[in-house]
Amino acid sequence: MQRTTLFFLGGAALIFVIVQAMISFGLLNDFYVNILLLASVYAIVGLGLNLIYGFNGQFSLGQWGFYAIGAYAAGDITYWWTLDKSAHALMIALLAVLFCGAAILLLRKLLSRVRGVDALSAFTLYLVVVIFLVFIAIQLGQALSPAVSGLLSLLPDGLSLQIVFFLAVLIAGLMAAEISFLFGLPVLTLGSDYFGIATLGLTIIVKVLLDNSDTLLPFPEMKGARGMVGIPEVTNWFWAFAFLLVIVIVVRNLLHSSYGRAIISVREDEIAAKAMGIDIAHYKNLSFVLGSLFAGLAGGLYAHINGFLHPNTFNFIKSFDPMIIIVMGGLGSITGTLGASFAWAFILEGLLRVILPQGTETWRFVVYPLILLLIMLLRPKGLMGEIELPFLRQVLPPLKPKAQPEETQAEVKP
Amino acid sequence: MTPNGTLNSKDTLFIQSLRKGWLGKIFLILIGLAALWKLGVSLADNPVLFLQQVINGLQLGFVYALIALGYTMVYGIVRLINFAHGDVFMVGAFVGFYTIARFQFHTWPERLFPGLPQWLVLGVGTVTVVLISMAICALLAFTIERVAYKPLRNAPRISALITAIGVSFFLEYFGALQFVFTPNFVTFERPFSVQNWQINNLGIQALPSGQSPADNSIIISNIALIIVLASILLLLLLQFIVQGTRVGKAMRAVAYDKQTARLMGINVDGIISITFAIGAALAGAAGILYATAFPQVYFVMGIIPGLKAFVAAVLGGIGSIPGAVVGALIMGQAEVLSAAYISTPMRDAVAFSILVIVLLVRPTGIFGEPEREKA
Repeated sequence: MQRTTLFFLGGAALIFVIVQAMISFGLLNDFYVNILLLASVYAIVGLGLNLIYGFNGQFSLGQWGFYAIGAYAAGDITYWWTLDKSAHALMIALLAVLFCGAAILLLRKLLSRVRGVDALSAFTLYLVVVIFLVFIAIQLGQALSPAVSGLLSLLPDGLSLQIVFFLAVLIAGLMAAEISFLFGLPVLTLGSDYFGIATLGLTIIVKVLLDNSDTLLPFPEMKGARGMVGIPEVTNWFWAFAFLLVIVIVVRNLLHSSYGRAIISVREDEIAAKAMGIDIAHYKNLSFVLGSLFAGLAGGLYAHINGFLHPNTFNFIKSFDPMIIIVMGGLGSITGTLGASFAWAFILEGLLRVILPQGTETWRFVVYPLILLLIMLLRPKGLMGEIELPFLRQVLPPLKPKAQPEETQAEVKP
Repeated sequence: MTPNGTLNSKDTLFIQSLRKGWLGKIFLILIGLAALWKLGVSLADNPVLFLQQVINGLQLGFVYALIALGYTMVYGIVRLINFAHGDVFMVGAFVGFYTIARFQFHTWPERLFPGLPQWLVLGVGTVTVVLISMAICALLAFTIERVAYKPLRNAPRISALITAIGVSFFLEYFGALQFVFTPNFVTFERPFSVQNWQINNLGIQALPSGQSPADNSIIISNIALIIVLASILLLLLLQFIVQGTRVGKAMRAVAYDKQTARLMGINVDGIISITFAIGAALAGAAGILYATAFPQVYFVMGIIPGLKAFVAAVLGGIGSIPGAVVGALIMGQAEVLSAAYISTPMRDAVAFSILVIVLLVRPTGIFGEPEREKA
C-alpha cells in the first residue's frame, strides 16, 4: 500500500474515531451532529456534481432533483417498514430498480451495435421498456412482499431496520441513476447552457410532483405539500461517514483510471477528445449517471436525518447550493468540495445562527450572499483553488479550467 | 445484422426505425397530437372560456416578454444568465408600491395644477410612476453590473453565475428586512380603478363593478388592455433603440464580437452597462404592470416570473429579441391554458416540458441561430 493511501485512510479513521468519541461523550450536541450529517450529505451531492461539472464540464442544475428523488424513495421504503413491518415498498422498488438496471444495460449493449440511433429514439425505446418493467415489478413485488417481510421480521428489530435502511439508500441511488440515464439521453445532446436549463427544469418538475404527491402521484403517505413524516431517524455519523468515504474513494479511483482521463478530456476539448477516439456521449452519460447516483444516495441519507421531508427543501433555488459549494471549493478539486461543503453547512446552518446576535436572524441571508460575493470577487477560482490531498491528487498535472477566451456571442437580432 | 456489427440492407423494420430516428419522431408527434387534441376538445367544449383564457394568457405573456428581454439582451452580450433580473423586477414592483401608496405620486398633476380632468391626471401620474420605477431599476442594475459583474468579466463564466445568484439572494433578503421593504405580503394599490367590459353576442358593454357578467361573454379589463398596449409600446421603443440608434448599433456590434467592437472604438464596458440598464428598466415596468394585474407584492415575487421569463427567452432562442417576445407569449399561453385545463400546480411542469421538447427539436430555440464555431 502506498504511503499516501495509508495516510489518507489513517486520517479518515482518525477523524471518524474522534468525532464519534465526541458524539458518544456528549461533547457535540444534536445541533452540531445535525450539521455534520448535513455537511456529509452536501459533500456527497457536491462530489457528484463536481464529477459532472468540475471534471466533465456539463453544467447540471438537476442534482437537486435527483437528490429529492432519492430522499423520497428511500424515505418511503423505510416509512412503510417502520409503520407495519411491511416490505412491499422495499420489494417493489428493489425489483423495479434491478429490472430496469438490467434492461438498460442489456439494451445499451444491443443499441451500441446499431449505428446512427438518435438519442430521442433510444430514449423512447428505453422509456417503453422501463414503464413495462416497472409495471411487472409492482405485481411481482406485491406478490413477494409477505415472504420477505416475514423473513426480515425474524431478525432483531434494530438489525432489520438497518438492513432496510441500507437497501433503501442503495435503491434511492440506483433509482436516481436510472432516471438520470433516461433523462440524460436526449438532454445531454444539448449545448452546455441549454443542458443546465433543461436539468433545472427537471428539478422544478420533480418539486411540482412532490408538492402534489398525494393527488397527482399515487403516494398518499408523502402528504404532498404538507411534508412527509414518520421516517425513522437512522442516519448517524457512521453511515454518513461511511458513504462519504466510499464515494470519495470511488471518485478518486475513477479519476485515476482511463475512464477518468476520458471524462476529463471531454471537459478540456470535445473535438480533440473525439479525434482521439473517445466516445463523448458515453462519457457524458457516464459522469452524469454517476453524479446522479451520488445525489440519490445523499438524498437517501438526508431523508433519515430528521425523519421529515418537505418539498420546499427541494426547491429549485436550493439546486444552486451544490453548485455554490463546488465553485467555492474549487472546480475539479475533491478536497475543495469536501472542505467547502463542511464550511458551507457550518456557515449557513451553524455559525450564522450562533454568531449573529439575537433578533437579527433575518440578516442571515443578507450576510450569506455578501460572503459569497466576496469569495467570488476575491478568489474566483474557489477557496481551495488547486490544493489537493496527496491521496486524491491526480497523476496528471492539475488541469486548469480554461481561461475563457472571449467567445463569439449570440447576436442580438432585430 | 452481420456478426461484425455492421448493418446490411436486411435490417428489420424495427432496426430501420431506430436508425432513422423514427421512433423519437413518432414519440414527439404523439405528444404534440395529444396536446393539440386536448386544446381542440377544450375549444370545442367551451369556446368562450377558451378565448377568455387566451386573453388572460396574452396579458401574462406580455409581462413575461418585458422581463425576458432583459435576460436575452444580457445573455446575448455577456453570456451571463443574470439570475438577479427577477429580483430587479421585484424591486420595480416595490418602487411602484411606494410611489403610489406611500407618496401618492400618481396624483402629482392634480396637486400641481388643480382642476385638470381626472383621466389626464391619472394618465400622466401613472406614466410618471412607471418612469420612476424604470429609472430606479436601471440605476440598480447599473450598480450591480459595476460592482458585481464587471470585476469578473475575465473570470470563468461560472463565477459570474454564482455571483448573480448571490446578488439575487441579497436583493431578496435585504428587501425582506423590516426597514427596507418588508417580509410580508403587501397589497398593491392600483393607481386607477378596474373597469371591465363584457363581449358577447350583444356587442361590447361596460360591466359595472360588482355585477356578475352575462353568460357566454368574454371579459376584458382595462388592466389587460393597458398591459398589452404598454408592453407593445415598450417593445417598439426597444426595437427603435436597438435598430435605429447609435447605441443600439454598438450593442449589436458588441454582441456580435466584443474584440472587434473594441477595436472599432466602441466603449464595450459602457455598452454592457447600458444593456443591463435597459433590460432592468423593462423589468421595472413589467414589475408595475404585473403588480397591477395581480395586486400583491412580496420579496420573493420575482423568482417565479423571472424564471418563467428566462425560460421564455431560451424557448425563443436566447440572444434574439423577437424570439424572447414569441417565447414569452407561448409561455403565457402554456401557463394559463395548463392551469385551466390540466391542473393548476402542473403549470410549471408543463412550461418546462414544453421547453425541453422545443430544445430537443431545435437545440437553440425557436429563433436562435445555430451556435457558431469558435473563431
